[in-house]
Amino acid sequence: MKPTAQLSLAELERIGAKILKLSEADETEVDVSAATDALTRFANNTIHQNVAEHTLGISVRAVVDGRTARSSTNKTYDESLRRVVASAVTLARHQPENPDLLPLLGKQKYQKVSRYFSATAETTPQDRARAVTRVCKMADKNKQTTAGIFASGSLNSVMANSKGLFASHRQTRSEFSVTILEEHSSGWAKSNSPDIRKLDPEELAERAARTAAGSRAPREIPAGRYTTILRPSAVLDLVGFLFYDFAGTAVLDKRSCLTGRMGKKLFGDNITIWDDAYHPLQSGAPYDGEGLPRQKVLLVDRGVPKNLVYSRATAKKMKAKPTGHGFSLPNEYGEAPMNLVLSGGDKSTEEMIRTTERGILVTRLWYIREVDPYQKILTGMTRDGTFLIENGNVSGGVRNFRFNQSIIEMLSNVEMMGPAVRAAGEESFEMVVPTMKVRDFHFSEVTKF
Amino acid sequence: MHDLAHLAIETAKRRSASYADVRVMDIRHRDISTKNGEVGTLAESESLGIGIRVIAGGAWGFSSTDLLTNEGVQACAAEAVSIAKASALAKREDVSLAPEKSHVDTWQNPFLKDPFRVPVEQQIDLLLAADKEMRRVKGVTVAEGSMSFRRIEQLFASSTGSSIHQIKMQSGAGIVATSFAGTEIQKRSYPNSFGGQHMLQGYELIESLDLAGNAGRIAEECVALHSAAQCPEGQQTIILGSSQLGLQIHESIGHPIELDRVLGMEANFAGMSFLTTEKLRKLKYGSDIVNVVADARLEHGPGLGTFAYDDEGVPAQCTPIITNGLFTGYLSSRETASSIGEKRSGGTMRCESWNRLPMIRMTNISINPGTWKYDDLIADTDDAILMETNRSWSIDDKRYHFQFSTEIGWEIKGGKQGRMIKNPSYSGITTEFWNSCDAICSRDYWTLWGTPNCGKGQPQQVMGTGHGASPARFRNIKVGVAFAK
Repeated sequence: MKPTAQLSLAELERIGAKILKLSEADETEVDVSAATDALTRFANNTIHQNVAEHTLGISVRAVVDGRTARSSTNKTYDESLRRVVASAVTLARHQPENPDLLPLLGKQKYQKVSRYFSATAETTPQDRARAVTRVCKMADKNKQTTAGIFASGSLNSVMANSKGLFASHRQTRSEFSVTILEEHSSGWAKSNSPDIRKLDPEELAERAARTAAGSRAPREIPAGRYTTILRPSAVLDLVGFLFYDFAGTAVLDKRSCLTGRMGKKLFGDNITIWDDAYHPLQSGAPYDGEGLPRQKVLLVDRGVPKNLVYSRATAKKMKAKPTGHGFSLPNEYGEAPMNLVLSGGDKSTEEMIRTTERGILVTRLWYIREVDPYQKILTGMTRDGTFLIENGNVSGGVRNFRFNQSIIEMLSNVEMMGPAVRAAGEESFEMVVPTMKVRDFHFSEVTKF
Repeated sequence: MHDLAHLAIETAKRRSASYADVRVMDIRHRDISTKNGEVGTLAESESLGIGIRVIAGGAWGFSSTDLLTNEGVQACAAEAVSIAKASALAKREDVSLAPEKSHVDTWQNPFLKDPFRVPVEQQIDLLLAADKEMRRVKGVTVAEGSMSFRRIEQLFASSTGSSIHQIKMQSGAGIVATSFAGTEIQKRSYPNSFGGQHMLQGYELIESLDLAGNAGRIAEECVALHSAAQCPEGQQTIILGSSQLGLQIHESIGHPIELDRVLGMEANFAGMSFLTTEKLRKLKYGSDIVNVVADARLEHGPGLGTFAYDDEGVPAQCTPIITNGLFTGYLSSRETASSIGEKRSGGTMRCESWNRLPMIRMTNISINPGTWKYDDLIADTDDAILMETNRSWSIDDKRYHFQFSTEIGWEIKGGKQGRMIKNPSYSGITTEFWNSCDAICSRDYWTLWGTPNCGKGQPQQVMGTGHGASPARFRNIKVGVAFAK
């Protein structure tokens, strides 16, 4: 017996070909994917949830008389395949003509990316449970409480259309996230990679344990503007809120903070941001939702927003060239950069701390939401390890703060950066970002712990 | 469905599972959106599969598949047992479940019009009519509308003999006007932000909303916000509109009462709760007029948290959460109820789809109506800001400190509604906030709001929850912090 998630690229391609043959639409595009994912979840020093899923996705886009629509299923019976095609065609027919719709792309050439690792795909529940058991035992020994996840999985996906385009991608994914709790403090660490051998659960747990122990008995200090050192996960979760601002559609709709600001100095000289799907620390397919190859795009050059990303339709409207960042059609959002890489610096976190007379060290941020979309003010909380720095030393834990901070202002106040690393947070997709030391970060209130 | 469910259970039992339950779910979606006179998203999808949860070796395992052949289901059940045995490697004690009788039943929520039988062009026309009305107003830069429909058919079966068939039909729609001017982006939504109103109803819900009839008003308000006065900074009386109060309930009551959070099971991601177990029936959560229930029964209303049975086969219940201000109840599952010595689960376990594990989710967490007529409440208020329609929300990971901002505000002076206020925001500590409530409007102003986008769990699941609320007044609240320099 063979679970659907183990369908090979060739088998997915056959399903795709069958659908293209069934379709009587003017043009047809099909995406077929098979995924296996498993996740071991622990809390209170024991495994409390342990899950696996095997899923197949078949998504068909039909184009009829200048109109397009999408229909999806996970059923592979012939009758289901016929129905999903008919549904896409029917939906497409029953709507007004779309003047922005472009013909499907023909055959494309893609840059090879290597993001499939059999060590990840072959990880068993026992492998994950053994690693989690070691972390739980470490927590027991330290008289601490731990919670977290250890996940692994793989994805095979194929895209094809009636104009001869064919694209395929294989990728594995793994992630370890750990929280260590003490009575009045906590610490956290998280890492992910396509290659599970790059994860070190015990090292991450030890780091979280040190953070929890170091922030024991947190003091309350007043809210205000502080020099703040943000570890990469915190930087990621803030900078991640900028990603859609770089979409051509967002600027066209005048809801990007870059509206009227392209080509003008907006951030500090030390801020350069790329979108680069081919960066060795990035992941994902080398093509976008229409099958166009992803391009490397310089978004911000030494503080100046230089380029946006464009789907094909947005590029046509804005008289630009498409960059391979479009979402699957039809959609109203257009495109977005999904592989942000922020150029870092060469400073160590120790040096940042040593050169800070009074400041805050932040491990992680939480529940970030946009307060003002044009000034790009975000609010959120610190979490799982917030420290006071006094006279160049970490002097102890402090109660968590709420912040209300403009990201534009923050990226104008960066005093030091560490080397850029692949960071994982909870509010944004993974990016390559550095630790940052920021002047005058605005903490507006303090919570009870 | 039945045969596969029972095959899964029998396979799990043969492989030494001491308990097994199964959810076979067939889910159909339709999503439509429009923007500036054009169709944006137009998509349908269907998803059918089985999720198998077992206890073996005293520990949990779960696996799911969409390969619904005998072989596929047997392999999935075997994998669930194998995973449970792996879980047992890090076991501290055997899983214990609060008792529950077996139930054999079938249920479907009532609705008048099947939204999947309403022609898609009629649905698009309705959104485009509202879109046109919004774009008539000079200064609107983006007009958007959306509709979404879900039909969820599911069979729950367990090794203790339950077999429960349920069909849930869910509908939702909303519109948004956005305006950019100078250095400011403002927006107004109707009937609520982040997708509008969603309920366990058919297309009759969409027809009752009168999107086109409200489009011009919200577009005008959106543009007018640019020249409105900025929300002041300080301590102030506030009156929250019912949808904003619904979200306030969601974040500062609904999440902290989840017993899995309280017991540390969500510590790594969603967080924990300040409502530790010694506070039950002791903590003064709110003022004496604050009464909150968790009610999944249909008689509470067709909310996104309404069902006949939860996803571990426990019948829908009404649990008093806050009674005359006193904290009186949690949201629980069979496992967490057993952990704190409760005799029975509160029946709040739900899963997003067949490939997800059921977890504790809010049902309909609603504040009971008060006695005030809305006009009397305004007339009784000397100096306040009325805040309506959520714009941003954030709360710490133990659910103490929150900050909300709304799309629009109105000054209340001398018992009358005055000028418009832009960028309203308020913040506070949960229990201090609820203890400052001194007036709640009556049933005539009470709406059961649907929050379709509540995220929780790892892997993350998105679930719809319901929140009944009417406008209410709160004294001495910190306002304007979000924009303070």
